[in-house]
Amino acid sequence: MSSVLYDTPGPRAKRRNVVYTIVFLAVLALVAWWVLGALDEKHQLDADKWSPFVTDSKVWTTYLLPGLTETLRAAALSIVIALPLGAALGIGRLSDHRWVRVPVGAVVEFFRAIPVLLLMMFASAVYREFTTVSSDFRPLYAVVTGLVLYNASVIAEVVRAGVLSLPRGQGDAAVALGMRKGQTMLYVLLPQAVTVMLPALVSQLVVIVKDTALGGALLGFAELLSQNRQITANYGANTIATLTVIALIYIAINFLLTTLAGRLERRLRQGRKSPSATIPAQAGAPEAKSEAVSGA
Amino acid sequence: MFDFLDSGQYDLLGAFWVTAQLALYSALGSLIWGTALVAMRVSPVPLMRGFATAYVNVVRNTPLTVVLVACLLGLNQTLGVSLGADRSENIGFRLAVLGLVAYTGTFVCEALRSGINTVPPGQAEAARALGLSFTQVLRLVVLPQAFRAAVTPLANVLIALTKNTTVAAAIGAAETSLLMKTMMENETDALFTVFAIFAFGFIVLTLPTGLVLGWAAKRLAVKR
Repeated sequence: MSSVLYDTPGPRAKRRNVVYTIVFLAVLALVAWWVLGALDEKHQLDADKWSPFVTDSKVWTTYLLPGLTETLRAAALSIVIALPLGAALGIGRLSDHRWVRVPVGAVVEFFRAIPVLLLMMFASAVYREFTTVSSDFRPLYAVVTGLVLYNASVIAEVVRAGVLSLPRGQGDAAVALGMRKGQTMLYVLLPQAVTVMLPALVSQLVVIVKDTALGGALLGFAELLSQNRQITANYGANTIATLTVIALIYIAINFLLTTLAGRLERRLRQGRKSPSATIPAQAGAPEAKSEAVSGA
Repeated sequence: MFDFLDSGQYDLLGAFWVTAQLALYSALGSLIWGTALVAMRVSPVPLMRGFATAYVNVVRNTPLTVVLVACLLGLNQTLGVSLGADRSENIGFRLAVLGLVAYTGTFVCEALRSGINTVPPGQAEAARALGLSFTQVLRLVVLPQAFRAAVTPLANVLIALTKNTTVAAAIGAAETSLLMKTMMENETDALFTVFAIFAFGFIVLTLPTGLVLGWAAKRLAVKR
């Protein structure tokens, strides 16, 4: 059988499992019945609340797709800026010079300890007071700034762990060939570390996409989630339908990214002899390592 | 420089106390819910396995902001669920705990599952050979070891949870980020001071958790 946690079910265990299945199903059905009943009572299940998402293309072209574009734009900008910055911070933290290593380490630890929402709010206030960024673009700037500061420090840790995970011989051999420190890092260590880091970096993308929604809720950033106000105002208070559609879009994007990260990790593990050759995902997204015990 | 703090206009400690309470209740709730999820996820009943897997995959990939906003707009304003709270700020707080538990439980589940995977198969096989049932194997042999192996990932989850409590501002819980927003709108000439105060507060909240649990992870690790 699939698991070491329980025996292959015999006739009695099979019967018991059937009973459990029925009980569990009954509980699920009860919850679903209550939720659907309550929704129906508030007329949230009426066809005209849901049909705009299928029949009316305007919902998509005026609200959902522009919102999705903003979400993806903020996410793309953040990762594009955070990657080189994070790599620089990660390498700085590995420096031989104490006067580089210590301040960079302090910066990384600081931005990792602060909630990303506070960073966004602070960035927004700073842009408002000290720059001439127009109020149309301020939310985007604030969201991207917050995400860059936080994710660069997370990526820095991923890069550091990736470089440290390489066998010592790699760096030693490069030095023996007469390479400078910069060359060793650029031509020998980083290229190998990048493949090790790839799954963790893709998982970080999921975190970034999810965090863009913060800007919509609290900073007036016109991303996907914030469209729910416009849609419910224009299509007859179809709160549940709108939130369901928006959540499904997020889930689809992030599920694709998560699956991609899992695939990359498995492929990388197959290509290597040592088993645990990838850096685990960071910051609240602990990924399961292997599927040995779980039956799923 | 700090004179705006003396005016009594802002309840800094109160806001941080709300954040700490949010983190504490959500941590307790999500540990319980996460354990239940992981038990279902490795259970012999296919339907429970399927439910837990689907739940984890769906909720983990939904932004926390969407979860919390759905709690407020969907559960509270549409369905009228108020979790026994009468004042609006209480409703925000309780809904935030509910949303945070629903969301963080998935990460606790994944952390514990990776912990279960570190338990050698021989442990479960020996337990089964002694005639223990699935729940006994899980409760007496596998989960205690899994928890000890999962202290580090669980610590990361709890630290992320502490930081995630700020998202409760989206549904009007009177916690720190909401206060910071107000202060930054009023005290425009002291932006950096305000930010430094809040940053310091969160470092005070998260740093000890990391240190204590890091020490605990070393202490509790199963020596093999």
